[in-house]
Amino acid sequence: MKTRVVGIIGLLAVIAAVVFGLFVVPPDVNQGDAQRIMYVHVASAWLAYLSFGVTALAGMLYLWKRDLRFDAVALSAAEVGVMFTAFAIWGGMMWAKPVWGTFWQWEDPRLTTTALLLALYVGYLLLRHLTDDPARRATRAAIVGLVAAIDIPIVHFSVVWWRGLHQTATFADPTKILHPSAPLPFVIALVGMLSALTVVWAYLMIRRYQLARIEWQIEEHGRLGRITAAQRAAVASSAIPAIPAAPAATAIDGRVEGAGL
Amino acid sequence: MTTLARNASIALAIARKDALAELRGKHATTSTLFFAAVVLLLFGFALGPDTRKLTEAAPGLLWLAIVFAGLLAVGRLHIVETDDGALEQLALYPIDRRAIYAGKAISGLAAMLVLGAVLLPVVAILYGIDLAGAWPALVATLLLGCTGFAAVGTFYAGVTVRMRAREVMLPLLMLPVIAPLLLAAVKATTAALAGDPFSELPAWLQLLAGYDIVMLIAGAGTYGFLLEE
Repeated sequence: MKTRVVGIIGLLAVIAAVVFGLFVVPPDVNQGDAQRIMYVHVASAWLAYLSFGVTALAGMLYLWKRDLRFDAVALSAAEVGVMFTAFAIWGGMMWAKPVWGTFWQWEDPRLTTTALLLALYVGYLLLRHLTDDPARRATRAAIVGLVAAIDIPIVHFSVVWWRGLHQTATFADPTKILHPSAPLPFVIALVGMLSALTVVWAYLMIRRYQLARIEWQIEEHGRLGRITAAQRAAVASSAIPAIPAAPAATAIDGRVEGAGL
Repeated sequence: MTTLARNASIALAIARKDALAELRGKHATTSTLFFAAVVLLLFGFALGPDTRKLTEAAPGLLWLAIVFAGLLAVGRLHIVETDDGALEQLALYPIDRRAIYAGKAISGLAAMLVLGAVLLPVVAILYGIDLAGAWPALVATLLLGCTGFAAVGTFYAGVTVRMRAREVMLPLLMLPVIAPLLLAAVKATTAALAGDPFSELPAWLQLLAGYDIVMLIAGAGTYGFLLEE
């Protein structure tokens, strides 16, 4: 139930931010309506980087504690992050066409970095997909996620040296946040969309994590052939819906606590 | 003996073993070098008979050929270990895991340097480049670029060697990570061949050196986890 509340809040917040960004804020003097893409684009990029930070952190925690729940967090963040990365690139290209006159600008450090980011984490997900043993998968994913996270600043730094023409980062300078040069409605639209999509991000993370736990049980079930008595108890007392297809699931007495999540 | 000296001698012993096996068996050298040469030849066909265009693109093409052939080389160095279950034996020795990583990275570096030393003259001949005068800068670039490639390649070869579809996964995981290395190495090579007119060579070499150090530390720190499997 609680998760659903987060989802509904996220949905309403996004609707509000979209209405505000599209109809209340006036178009930009120089960029016109294309500038409205920035509200979604900046928010997606921020969530992409947040996701991959979470993936690296959860991977490190897994290596330290050897708890597969951290691996589930890392997986959730990576999948959600890949989605937002693709969003950010797509939005950036849609914006760049009318403003810069081209979809792809090789000299822009953030565009090229983000494209490599996508490649890095699609590789990360494929690596997970191709490893069957959960502990081995978690270990490999954790160290690959860590090295990828280390690589990102170097990628960015090296591409900056190519010289870029990107606008200066919106949030790079703290004084710009406190004393924004943009008129107030623009700031509200950007911060509003950022907050709304962050709630959606949290909702997707929770849902993906729950799904990862269920997948985990199905895997376990497939490996053992049947659920042992100890696992029956564990399944019944956990907050995760039972697996209807599993033959042994009948033994869980239909006590499915998590059904209303 | 101090820990460092002990680890260094272990690493060198592993590298020596790899070198001996390759010298006696010659499993990979011929095929990898020939593959790289064919790649360079095909770049020539792809970019057309205009020699000026080829000369301009030569640094990038050289490094792409090194990267493609290098993928085969570093992958091969781990495949020989797992085919006979040798990596499990190696992991059972009571030695520092970082020494094993260093040993494999040294063999990787040696393979890459052979590759670079052979490909550089081939590029000069095929694409009409004058190497005279650029030697010190080119050697430095090659040394730093190959070190970084070996550092990253050893790590990713270790990750993928026991995976399904390892032939696809090694390049897929590794290529995005070495993007900064490729960028800096190509820029440094371009600058070296042009006589460094804007004196940007030191900056690119520094970037390469920084990349090498970071990736060597990351690889040495995480490689041990792979051997626990």
